[in-house]
Amino acid sequence: MRHKKAEVFLIATAVMATLLCLCLLHGRVQENLRADELAKRSRMVEELMLTDLALFMEARYTRHLSLADRHSAFQDHPMSLEHFPAGSLAGPPPHLTGVER
Amino acid sequence: MFTGHRERNILEFTLSSLLRRRGKHLALVVIYTALVFLLASVMFFAGSIREEASIVLRSSPEIILQKMIAGRQDLVPMRYAEVAEKIRGVQRVSPRLWGYYYSPATKSNYTLMVPDNFSYGDGHIVIGNGIARVMSAAKGDRISLLSPEGDPLTFIIAEVMDSRSELISSDLMLVSEGDFRELFDMPEGYVTDLALSVKNEKELSTIARKLSELLPGTRPVLRDEILRTYDAVFNWRAGLMITLLGASVFAFAIFAWDRASGLSAEERREIGILKAVGWETSDIILMKFWEGAVISLSSFLMGMVFAYLHVYFTSGALFWPVLKGWSVLYPEFRLLPHVDLYSIFTLFFLTVVPYTLITIIPSWRTATMDPDEVMRA
Amino acid sequence: MIELKDVTKVFNSGRPNEFAALRGITMSIEPLKVTAIEGPSGSGKTSLLSIVGCMSRPTSGRVWLDGREITSLPERFLTGIRRKTFGFVFQQFHLIKGITAIENVMLASYPTGESRPGIRKRALDILGMLGIREKAESKSQWLSGGEAQRVAIARALVNDPEILIADEPTAHLDTRLSEEFMQIFMRLKEDGRTIIISSHDPIVVNSGIVDSVRIIRDGVLA
Repeated sequence: MRHKKAEVFLIATAVMATLLCLCLLHGRVQENLRADELAKRSRMVEELMLTDLALFMEARYTRHLSLADRHSAFQDHPMSLEHFPAGSLAGPPPHLTGVER
Repeated sequence: MFTGHRERNILEFTLSSLLRRRGKHLALVVIYTALVFLLASVMFFAGSIREEASIVLRSSPEIILQKMIAGRQDLVPMRYAEVAEKIRGVQRVSPRLWGYYYSPATKSNYTLMVPDNFSYGDGHIVIGNGIARVMSAAKGDRISLLSPEGDPLTFIIAEVMDSRSELISSDLMLVSEGDFRELFDMPEGYVTDLALSVKNEKELSTIARKLSELLPGTRPVLRDEILRTYDAVFNWRAGLMITLLGASVFAFAIFAWDRASGLSAEERREIGILKAVGWETSDIILMKFWEGAVISLSSFLMGMVFAYLHVYFTSGALFWPVLKGWSVLYPEFRLLPHVDLYSIFTLFFLTVVPYTLITIIPSWRTATMDPDEVMRA
Repeated sequence: MIELKDVTKVFNSGRPNEFAALRGITMSIEPLKVTAIEGPSGSGKTSLLSIVGCMSRPTSGRVWLDGREITSLPERFLTGIRRKTFGFVFQQFHLIKGITAIENVMLASYPTGESRPGIRKRALDILGMLGIREKAESKSQWLSGGEAQRVAIARALVNDPEILIADEPTAHLDTRLSEEFMQIFMRLKEDGRTIIISSHDPIVVNSGIVDSVRIIRDGVLA
């Protein structure tokens, strides 16, 4: 009997580490493969003069986060729950709070 | 570390030793993996969104000029455009016509926009893939939108936008200017806001200052501010993140406490025995290092791999209920992987290293005692 | 050859429960002989053995091992000496629970950096020599008293030490097992090892293999 358990552990760890590396490699490859997709979106933003991602669509100040003004609901508090969870996942734009984050 | 027989012998012993309480240690690995999985999923997801925003929104207009009346955004008269155009450094002023439309039928909000040159003409509409999904509509179908007076306006769907653009266009509806004004009963000579293109980035703040001087009721939003807004999205300080992070840290603190609150009498006795049969302090520390590393490293690696698969192969399926919130319409997008080695190392140093240290430190004192003292105690 | 000079050992020094286990021990232990240290419980036998075996340091006094002064050596060297020179058989056996008998024997050799198959072969040979080879894969907590002691002896022998120290080895054994134990130690003595046994059991003290008996009482040699 050799280092049975140690070998199982080391091999399993090596396999997991390799998997993680493969994942990261996949990420890099995808980044390159799908660069045109990104370029397309950039072009669309330019053509339509868009300002925001369509992440949260339940209210105007979450749909267009960057255009939210001082009177929009969620400026009341950084952890505001008016529109949960969007208001809680995205803070107010930094230029309104004056806090660099 | 993997070459010497001493290291491997001690690893072998550590594993035998861990397997004695396999239920407990398995549970530990499962919880720990879940923790890393959760943190890494958030990290990957937020990282991709931020990266996407920082690249895509770099093409946004340099300045958006809005008009405010009594704390509400108001329509901008076209004469503002003429004023803005005269400011030195402003290359072009493009009026933007856009607004929100609430559809009672699907109970969702759409963003209506008028593109610069809408080639399909009046009576036609281009819709985002999210809308097509919610309405189960396809190219060629007819849809009606209601004007404020309640008159239905019928459009023919000229195009459904590419599903790969959903992250920016899911809820968009593009119509002609005439249709837009008719639908919202918007007077001629007014627009929603103005987009200014500026040649020289350095002049932006000067131009913004001049705009507020010349047009005091307006509010300029700079592109830099747009970008910074998305830098802060899913930021650790945002409410839900802090809850999640807090819970994780709390759970980790419980582990840590369990380990650091000292060794059990049994563990002390075992260290004493090992010392008595000839183990050095450094051998004991190595054993404890393995004990911490075996659990935290396996959990870290598994958590990371699962998180990657979760975020980039299932598009963060577990986050959907949370992200979706109350909205009916939600974009379906395949996130573009953004591999940030720095954050991965950060997560490694925040999980594996402290856990391993917490395992080693309480044994240190015991390991340096004379073996007979350990066994007498 | 082990020499002790004026060795004292004080526990809980400076506190109300201060207690001197050894009070000025001067003695020498002959190599290749069996020395028995006899005394009632609490007389300081175990403290003496742990100082002799480099398991603890004396509060004052000096110890020489083959002419080398070892009391002032740093811990790391002391451990090395302990591992190479001494094998211990504890009164309570002190096997690690939950792992197999063979692993209990092998673990004493792990830090030497020797390869595992080599250690394992040696451990099996020793268990075979002690007649419990078939118990190698049993978990240590399932062993009987006699078996546990043999595993403990095997562990003491696995690094092939010159000196074997046994603390009250027969305290938990019946007469038959005690006699078998003495048989084992007879063989070990014949192999050319120095043996130090603490005991107040007549089977040990009066057995033919013991070369000299030192009596200790209240931390002082008689």
